[in-house]
Amino acid sequence: MSKIAVIGGGIIGVATAYELAKLGEEVILFEKNYFGSGSTFRCATGIRAQFTDEANIRLMKYSVERWEKLEEELNFDINFRQTGYLFLATSEDEVEAFKANIKLQNRFGVPTRLIDMDEAREIVPILNTEPFLAGAWNPKDGKANPFKTLFAYLFRAREMGIDAREHTEVIGFEREGNTITAVKFRHNGRIERVRVDAVLNAANAWAPLINEMAGLKRNLVPITAYKHQLVKTEPLEPGQAEPLVCPPSWNDAYIIQDGEDGGIICGAGIEHKAKSLNDVEPTYDFLRGVLSYAVKIAPPLRYAHIVRQWAGFYAKPPDSNPAIGKLLDNFYIAAGFSGHGFMMAPAVGQAMAELMTKGRSSVPLDWEWYDPYRFERGELRSSAFQIG
Amino acid sequence: MAGKKIVCRCNDVTVEEVEALIDSGITDIEELKRLLRIGMGPCQGRTCIPIVLGILARKTGRKQEDIPLPRARVPTRPVRVEVIVGGADE
Repeated sequence: MSKIAVIGGGIIGVATAYELAKLGEEVILFEKNYFGSGSTFRCATGIRAQFTDEANIRLMKYSVERWEKLEEELNFDINFRQTGYLFLATSEDEVEAFKANIKLQNRFGVPTRLIDMDEAREIVPILNTEPFLAGAWNPKDGKANPFKTLFAYLFRAREMGIDAREHTEVIGFEREGNTITAVKFRHNGRIERVRVDAVLNAANAWAPLINEMAGLKRNLVPITAYKHQLVKTEPLEPGQAEPLVCPPSWNDAYIIQDGEDGGIICGAGIEHKAKSLNDVEPTYDFLRGVLSYAVKIAPPLRYAHIVRQWAGFYAKPPDSNPAIGKLLDNFYIAAGFSGHGFMMAPAVGQAMAELMTKGRSSVPLDWEWYDPYRFERGELRSSAFQIG
Repeated sequence: MAGKKIVCRCNDVTVEEVEALIDSGITDIEELKRLLRIGMGPCQGRTCIPIVLGILARKTGRKQEDIPLPRARVPTRPVRVEVIVGGADE
């Protein structure tokens, strides 16, 4: 048994800690704020395999299969439901692009299909079908409660003995050659250290700072924090807009009904580069912009009340694909998820835990594709299909 | 139901649920908020947050004023969507 430090108490860190505990490892998990405070608790709840490249499709196909069994495995109601994702095309060119994407997804077992607007209206009763020509519909995509999912992982991991510490900030490492030997951290003003055999950097938007502490160049994995905002309406009768509904050509705007309280979550690709890693202040231009798209997608929303607006980070490498892999002999990274960390967590957590303990993984994760050293080599992947 | 004491009227959360979660080790108000959905309904925590602060202070032995309030979200009162988008797409 080795002692592994996981830095970052978001969904990736917590899921990996759980998987490591399952493999019998001793885990110490550090979160500088409260669990989920970075990006996880600010996400829009969606889970999809409808990507446009092989690596992300295969990873998410596997992740959805894990999601399907997660509630039973963790023995916790996480409100995972396969209510689908519906992408909507506004031009003939887009319909052709949808067809190509669907063909690729079908090849890897994702059952997306092209649907007409009559069927789309049956799936989303409040949909304005007039501007759209066709939809790409995968009923196996879905959503879950990010708060409950994170704690479901955390509670199980703690039962298995992991030492999970919040309000505990990692401030440095001791390193011998290419090996990290200890982690220094601060809690309640006291500085302590712990000897470790391996470390995972799962700090997402904050990951470059952790890399720097490990003696690496801050920009080895160049992650930029973009402020991504969401707006939510008052609770509405369930069934109005259960799938995530998104016309990509409308600035990736989307709506999705929260599976817990029925409020409609509205997002759009109106991004602001964060002024700092504390800058999660909502903006009025986003509110106005996102709602003008939302009422075009679903006109009855005009008469709903909005109750809250919040922001979080899309932690984005230049190609919007995360960096997943090894940086030093015993120092690993899984960060830069660009808004996809929550949906990918069951697959990435397992893959990472297996890589760190066995040097390989049974998860269909394309290590070369997500290689954290690709940026230094000047390689970029095709951009991961990102919405909102 | 007799004896059911409601903390949050928006999301129907009881005193017992808050106490049980604190007893299980969740004492960060941001986490209590998200697991119970207190402060996340249309009233934005006007009713429930002061009550939860009181329970949290009593059970953890902290002073109420030492417990940070959860971050407030705009708008402080619900606003009809058409008020915001009114002229945007007419």
